[in-house]
Amino acid sequence: MLAELGLAMLWLAAALAGLQLVAGSLALTKNGEGMGGIVRPVAVVQGVLAASAFLALIWLFVQTDTSVKLVAENSHSAKPLIYKIAGTWGNHEGSMLLWVTVMGLAGGFVALVERRLPERTMLATLAGQAFVSLGFYAFLLLASNPFQRLNPAPMEGNGLNPLLQDPGLAFHPPTLYLGYVGLSIAFSFAIGALVTREVGPDFARAMRPWVLGAWIFLTLGITAGSYWAYYMLGWGGWWFWDPVENASLMPWLAATALLHSASVLAARNALRAWTVMLGVVAFSMSMIGTFLVRSGILTSVHAFAVDPKRGGFILALLAINIGAALVLFALRAGTVTEGERFEVTSREASLVFNNIMLTSILGIVLLGTLYPLVTEAMGVKVSVGPPYFTPMSAVFAVPMLVVLAIGPLLRWRHDRFKRVSPVLIAPLAVTIIAAIGFAVSGVTSIMSLIALSLAPGLAVASLLPLKGRNLLRAPLSLWGMVIAHLGLAVALFGMGADGAFTTERLIAARVGESVDVGPWQVKLGAISPVAGPNWTALEADLVASYDGDAPDNLTPQSRTFWAPPQTTSVSALHTRWNGQLYTVLGEEAHDASSKAMPTGRWQLRLWWKPFVPMIWLGGVLVALGGLLALFSRVRQDLKRRTVRARGDVRRVDREEREAA
Amino acid sequence: MTQDTPRAPRAPGWTLWLPLALFVLFVGGVAISLMLPKSTDINSQMIGKPLPAFSLRAASDGRPGLSAGDFAQGKPRLLNIFASWCIPCGVESPVLAELQRQGAPIDGIAIRDHTADLNAFLAKNGNPYQRIGADDVSAVQLAIGSSGVPETFVIDGKGVIRYQHIGEIRPEEVPLMLAKLKEAES
Repeated sequence: MLAELGLAMLWLAAALAGLQLVAGSLALTKNGEGMGGIVRPVAVVQGVLAASAFLALIWLFVQTDTSVKLVAENSHSAKPLIYKIAGTWGNHEGSMLLWVTVMGLAGGFVALVERRLPERTMLATLAGQAFVSLGFYAFLLLASNPFQRLNPAPMEGNGLNPLLQDPGLAFHPPTLYLGYVGLSIAFSFAIGALVTREVGPDFARAMRPWVLGAWIFLTLGITAGSYWAYYMLGWGGWWFWDPVENASLMPWLAATALLHSASVLAARNALRAWTVMLGVVAFSMSMIGTFLVRSGILTSVHAFAVDPKRGGFILALLAINIGAALVLFALRAGTVTEGERFEVTSREASLVFNNIMLTSILGIVLLGTLYPLVTEAMGVKVSVGPPYFTPMSAVFAVPMLVVLAIGPLLRWRHDRFKRVSPVLIAPLAVTIIAAIGFAVSGVTSIMSLIALSLAPGLAVASLLPLKGRNLLRAPLSLWGMVIAHLGLAVALFGMGADGAFTTERLIAARVGESVDVGPWQVKLGAISPVAGPNWTALEADLVASYDGDAPDNLTPQSRTFWAPPQTTSVSALHTRWNGQLYTVLGEEAHDASSKAMPTGRWQLRLWWKPFVPMIWLGGVLVALGGLLALFSRVRQDLKRRTVRARGDVRRVDREEREAA
Repeated sequence: MTQDTPRAPRAPGWTLWLPLALFVLFVGGVAISLMLPKSTDINSQMIGKPLPAFSLRAASDGRPGLSAGDFAQGKPRLLNIFASWCIPCGVESPVLAELQRQGAPIDGIAIRDHTADLNAFLAKNGNPYQRIGADDVSAVQLAIGSSGVPETFVIDGKGVIRYQHIGEIRPEEVPLMLAKLKEAES
């Protein structure tokens, strides 16, 4: 019953999205103004229905109702509850349902609370949101129905990919989706503003908190995903430039550019067409990323849910949504009047530079992701990896980071470099000292050296905007910017440290044997079997001592799941203030003469990674900075709204008095 | 003063269509490659190509290091990519010894290894190699198109890669390897 109910709610939500589109569009014409009143309530109900359908699917997974095909294929009754729930979005259909749920809820939320823009722009925005949603509803209902029944029902489900059975990963997709799909709001705002030609500071101020919210989730999602890949895949790397990672990075780059250009538009009424364009691009990147990943057109380690037949559907959807938005942009952007002007040395100009660099990196990443497709069409198979992505994006990232150190100190519209240059001596000196220090201490990799020397200077520079201010009375949004920029410096240092200081050992060790890795001495204490709810494992007991200190215990496992049968290695990490010891247990070595004879030697992979956790600490700081900025914006808006409401009440009172 | 600055030239109208044009290009390209049949097998790209120039230090105490010049000596040779930490490599050792007994000259490249570990490995499993180079960052391994250990290449007398064997050589594959080596003489 519940499956049918869920499906019915989904159809109803789709129908409401259709109504929202028609009513919203009609309301913009001369004769249909009366339709405007229903658009907001319809958007809210549509969001609630989509969310209810999603909850129904979660409940089916919790009960392990194997008469539903999706549950039978992706769940198992022996799985812990948290992974039953996570199984809901650990597959194609469920994640698409999560997608429309997030879109619906975001649209409903906007309809409920956003009152700053002219009503016509809001109607166009909500109609745009419905237009995009409608395509995804069609995709879900016609090509990937999550509630499809299976008759006869199997006794037991297939289980969930063991790699996904990890607490960190359980909540990684929803976080990422909130960001990914939350950007649809920016897309719809851009469409609404283009339709009504209302591109101005009000538009930017209204859009900014929504973009900020999505961006925070996206930042957290990427950070968590990177950490998950780092400790779960057991490769010790934190970013692989894999198509799926790029698919989440590209919307983030566009959204970051959008946040900065929106602040120019809000404060100075400049960069109008460009901001609208970025609004379209950010969500387009989400859709393109989804397409690249889900169609199976690019092979990826993340290929959990690939089906070439669906590729055509998503491509058509993409062509309609993005194509329509870009046609609208081409037709209307010319009529969006030019904004205010500014000079080369100004806050605006530095933000323009930031935007150009971010979009260039976006272009580099997109090109690298698509390049294998181009060459494959010509009959050559290539894979594009870090040797392309890392230096090419650094070419743009490094100048951007340099300007990041200066830009926040500049005044709007017009400034003189001489005014800020004395302050910049401190970060410059720190950078030079760091560069000399690390070069002398033997860091040879150029990329690492650049990162390691730039990061401390950037950290100092990011704090400079607070200089000379009362720290308690500095605006929250300023704190947000400072912390986000500081986070970037922290992450940069971690990235540089990974390349420069990591030491690695690969050995086949006997029980009782000791191995040195960096300052650590690691002893293989014992190998013992352990059992979990749906797996068994061999666990190594490692006794690790840092530079002769009191020993710490690490227990990496080689884990074998039985539903579905698969072996994964579970790494064990020990974090100190100055880095992380990373250990992985492999298979037992077999004797050379006969495969059946065990030798008592075990494959161990050990890494000492100084300062590497700073990468994710930095990511969290960036997100925290965004959160502070969001708080400050929302608080300002609420304050403004109460003031205006009080003013309205007073005016009404006065009018009544005068009338009397 | 800002009022005095001349008006910046406005972007011409066609530039506004540029994003759409790029997007259409993307959709078209992707649509074509969606329709093309896909094969997932990978052919060795380096077959028929000369070895890249490299010069590696000695990886073990008993054997000299290895450079590209050691191959272009007129006779075909086997190049084995291995490591002491690699379990299948230990399994492969007796097969390599058999190949050596039947007259195949073998050189090795040890990937990301430590001299002490490698010495122990060779003492235990035997040493069929004439030279062993140390590739500490997998640079040569990647340059010759090898993605794992063990792998074995047949290099002809001019230093050209003729055959790539992925994974350990099994005892039943010894005749195949010898035949490939013979083939490379021509």
